[in-house]
Amino acid sequence: MSDVRIITGNEAAALAVKRAEPGVIAAYPITPQTRLAEVLSEYVEKGELKAEYVRVESEHSSMTVCISASTVGARVFTATSSNGLLYMHEQLHWAAGSRLPVVMCCVNRGVGAPWSIFNDQQDSFSQRDTGWIQLYCRDNQEILDTVLQAYRIAEEVYLPVMVCYDGFVLSHTMMPVDVPDAGLVKKFLPPYRPHTILSPEDPKTINPVFFASRRENADGVLCDGYMEMRYKMQAAFERSRTVINAASDEWAKLSGRNHGGMIWEYMTEDADLILTGMGSIATEATLAADALRAEGIRAGVVGIRAFRPFPKEEVAQAFAKASAIAVFEKCISYGYEGGVCSDLKAALYGTDIKAPIHNYIAGLGGRDVKTRELVEAARTTFEAALAGDAGNKTIWLNCHTG
Amino acid sequence: MGESFMAFFVGERVAMHEILWHGRGGQGVVLAAQILAEAAYIQGFRGVTSAPTFGPERRGAPLTASTRISDEPVRTFSQVAPADIAVILDESLFENATGEEMLREGGLVIINTPLKPDQIGANGRFSVATVDAAGIAREHHLSMGGVPVVNTPLLGAFCRASGLVSLESIEEGIKKKMPRSKASFNFQAIRTAFERTEVWVKNGKD
Repeated sequence: MSDVRIITGNEAAALAVKRAEPGVIAAYPITPQTRLAEVLSEYVEKGELKAEYVRVESEHSSMTVCISASTVGARVFTATSSNGLLYMHEQLHWAAGSRLPVVMCCVNRGVGAPWSIFNDQQDSFSQRDTGWIQLYCRDNQEILDTVLQAYRIAEEVYLPVMVCYDGFVLSHTMMPVDVPDAGLVKKFLPPYRPHTILSPEDPKTINPVFFASRRENADGVLCDGYMEMRYKMQAAFERSRTVINAASDEWAKLSGRNHGGMIWEYMTEDADLILTGMGSIATEATLAADALRAEGIRAGVVGIRAFRPFPKEEVAQAFAKASAIAVFEKCISYGYEGGVCSDLKAALYGTDIKAPIHNYIAGLGGRDVKTRELVEAARTTFEAALAGDAGNKTIWLNCHTG
Repeated sequence: MGESFMAFFVGERVAMHEILWHGRGGQGVVLAAQILAEAAYIQGFRGVTSAPTFGPERRGAPLTASTRISDEPVRTFSQVAPADIAVILDESLFENATGEEMLREGGLVIINTPLKPDQIGANGRFSVATVDAAGIAREHHLSMGGVPVVNTPLLGAFCRASGLVSLESIEEGIKKKMPRSKASFNFQAIRTAFERTEVWVKNGKD
């Protein structure tokens, strides 16, 4: 029996969290995440979700509560956006370095200054190197399913997972979402098994000062140095690739819904022109691909679902036959180019793929991105490639200034 | 469904219907957009979305919300503009709601007004449906804070003029968004609005 509800992205995320049954939730409200924090507090208030909801004075504290609760053995959840995420920055590293499977939704919003409450992905992009797995969702169904997958992934590789979705564009847009029943989720998501439980009965010091080199502890056991700990974190990220794909496959088997693991593809099989991006802009790109095909251009879309770990092998395969590539993204690394574009180029270096890559910076601060704009941009990229122009470039889409 | 706008879509099957609701803060524009999405899903459309226009919202200020209705799941989440159908809760927003950037050539305007379709000064670029939603709300004692509730009667007008969803679907949709007692209170006004809606179809035979 399916239970389809017409709900916002925030409501979809809240339902997923309810099904995952975390023991502790700590969140500080911020637009456009607010409704998610509110719905969860309503579940707890009504007794529908038996979690402790810790009200905090800031995002730094909400992440600290998650770190502490996770350290004493609880499954945890928080959510934020924009400057709230930036205020967590220090604790993001702390959660990852402690190898705690915290799951957080980042409801993507532009970063101030100047203030914007509207959508782009600069917030999560700017936290790329904090040691969090980052997954981007293309619609509200995927938000719900990805939050569930995030717990499974996080608790298997002991890395925190950030589930990112576009503020307003998804967080405030209602669409049909099939809500899985609790039994199905229980089959998918085993109970949380902490790697360490801090308790008064078994006192321990965790995360003391580590020295660079390996060292014997008081019991004469040779322990990792700081660098070995870092290597292990990177190794966990490498292992997470198969875990992300497996979580997606397993969920597909149970629910009938497959959103792809590391990436997803739309009509790429014979595509000469490939559009790519993360989140809702990639959904919009599938319509652009349809329109381009109607014009006679064989276009397809590769959606980047996992930004960290980056799907290096998957993109090398997916783009193998492309003769032109258009990357649409809602973030920029100032002084260079869009972050997805840089990573894509690095992943394709040394392969046989020589297609020119055009990087379109789009939709910053909530600037609306229409299908026809994606069509025009991608067509320009394709025509340049066709004319033998092999140069890469960065173009600001629909941006006009003096 | 009798005379309706849809009858004149034959031959240019529209894959997706994009509706913009124009009103002022407090008039229930967002709720109307949501009820229509629920109703369309009940009607059998697999792709429905509803969204507020993303911007600051203040009581009394002009604002819009959108509904998309499609046979297939919706893959566009960009802002609706121009729309196929404009539903205008506040008559004073007519000019703004019917400009070329807001409403497609050959679109449909459904407006809350005591006037008849040929009296509202339309330029022939679009079809027009009128209904005195405020008057009907008053007749049925449908008010909030002394102000007539026009969003639900306009859903009745939407059924009549667009032919996209049935009255039954609208009523089922309302039940999903309101407590049952409040919902049934709206039904009479919706039915009255359905009956009294007058449609002038561009290039039509009405």
